[in-house]
Amino acid sequence: MKSGSNLEKILEAGHFAFTGELGPPQGANVEAVRKKAGYLKGIVDAVNITDNQTAVVRMSSWAAGLIAIQEGLEPNFQMVCRDRNRIAMQSDILGAYAHGIRNMLCLSGDHQQFGNHPLTKGVFDIDSIQLISMVKQMRDEKKFLNGDEIDGPPQIFIGAAENPFAEPLEWRVHRLAKKVSAGADFIQTQCIYDMKIFREWMKQANDMGLTEKVHILAGITPLKSGGMARYMAKNVSGIIIPDEIIDRVVKAKKPAEEGIKICVEQIEELKEMKGVHGVHLMAIEWEHRVPEIAERAKMLPRPKV
Amino acid sequence: MIVGERKPLEEIKEMLKDYKKVLNVGCGGCTSICLSGGQREVMLLNDDLQNAFQGNPVSIQFDGFTIERQCNADFFSELDEMVKNYDAVLSMACGAGVQFVAERYPDRPVFPALNTIFVGADRDVGWYEENCRTCGDCILGETAGICPVTRCAKSLFNGPCGGTSKDGKCEVSKETPCAWYEIYDRLKKQGRLSNIMKVRPAREWHNQTRRVLIHEAYKQRYAK
Repeated sequence: MKSGSNLEKILEAGHFAFTGELGPPQGANVEAVRKKAGYLKGIVDAVNITDNQTAVVRMSSWAAGLIAIQEGLEPNFQMVCRDRNRIAMQSDILGAYAHGIRNMLCLSGDHQQFGNHPLTKGVFDIDSIQLISMVKQMRDEKKFLNGDEIDGPPQIFIGAAENPFAEPLEWRVHRLAKKVSAGADFIQTQCIYDMKIFREWMKQANDMGLTEKVHILAGITPLKSGGMARYMAKNVSGIIIPDEIIDRVVKAKKPAEEGIKICVEQIEELKEMKGVHGVHLMAIEWEHRVPEIAERAKMLPRPKV
Repeated sequence: MIVGERKPLEEIKEMLKDYKKVLNVGCGGCTSICLSGGQREVMLLNDDLQNAFQGNPVSIQFDGFTIERQCNADFFSELDEMVKNYDAVLSMACGAGVQFVAERYPDRPVFPALNTIFVGADRDVGWYEENCRTCGDCILGETAGICPVTRCAKSLFNGPCGGTSKDGKCEVSKETPCAWYEIYDRLKKQGRLSNIMKVRPAREWHNQTRRVLIHEAYKQRYAK
């Protein structure tokens, strides 16, 4: 075991993993974190705590992760390269580990221009792939990036994101390969709506032997409304939503219900897909619907490992 | 070329409002080429300033003089005598030039008329694009002559990120090409994709403290 985290144990035991997401509040509202955590407890194997997502200031991801631990959830600590240099990153990794955080997701981060401090100075001292290597070096070689010995190395299960839907499509599996060679133990993908492209990417990953080296968790985001589907398809770079999916939600009498139905169908399909070892459900500001989705997708009860 | 852009007139006006005689010094180098700080721009700015200060209780005299380059002391000799007759100097050079002028005339307040924007090239007449952040450790040989430090919004070394759009644009703007999309495309056409298949390790930033370069051939001359 690299970290002994619940997520690692689930995956190593060959179970189909189920992870969720919790967005910290724009403030120190502890109850807001506890409330969201309450919906997810016992439903997911680990919960991603987002790191100032969309570059909007929120409670820090490791801090909200500690509240999640108090609530009986295992956090997956997201860290972006936008806001910290290598000193702050390594320091936060040590601090998070010291307080019981065992999973991390290494990300570049949404550009600051999208957020609520658009003219702040983006750090980007290292990139997401370099962050993966750095965490691996800290864990396996017990050394900081500069080569100095670590007094108490962090045993972290290392995650990374990958987007099979961004151009150049043919490059994406090679980027996955780079993340695997940098040291990623698991991958959570961008949300999938176009199963055809995802299948093709998974086939490439299988053919290149990558799925034997890394656990791939397929990303899913339920569409809450026709407006959301249209907005995401049009405005979010690197997300592809096929017209038939948009149509289903737009034309449905109860769009949210249809969104959940699509989501459940996707999970069923992903369970059967070679190389897919789990699902990462990003129910954005919809944490309270996760138990229902998990139930209907037959993801419950979660295995005890 | 260093590309500069004239500051808003109000900002320049505010800097100069307490002086009576101002010498506006143009630069015949980069800022002249990018149409922001040469002889012509000195005249235009002085006209604008005369107009802006019209009706001021105390009149301000604006004169102009353009030297070949403000980033080399060899070009300052004519200016030395002139400056004595003015109580403030406005420089239309890049930040390097402004600082050189200020260093040359330490008893005169020196003000910048431009914002120095970037190191770039002319896409067309009057159209400039940033191409270099002067990081001091060039990797263009491996990235098909496209700088990811400058042209990728996140300065990624192992890009592209997941935000590249269908038509190869950056997530920050539909007008901005994704640098890594272009790097990939050009390397592929050249059969050199292996350049970016390996993980590029974290870079050491050599531009975090002021850099001074002494040419190898002159090392002895400046040895202390």
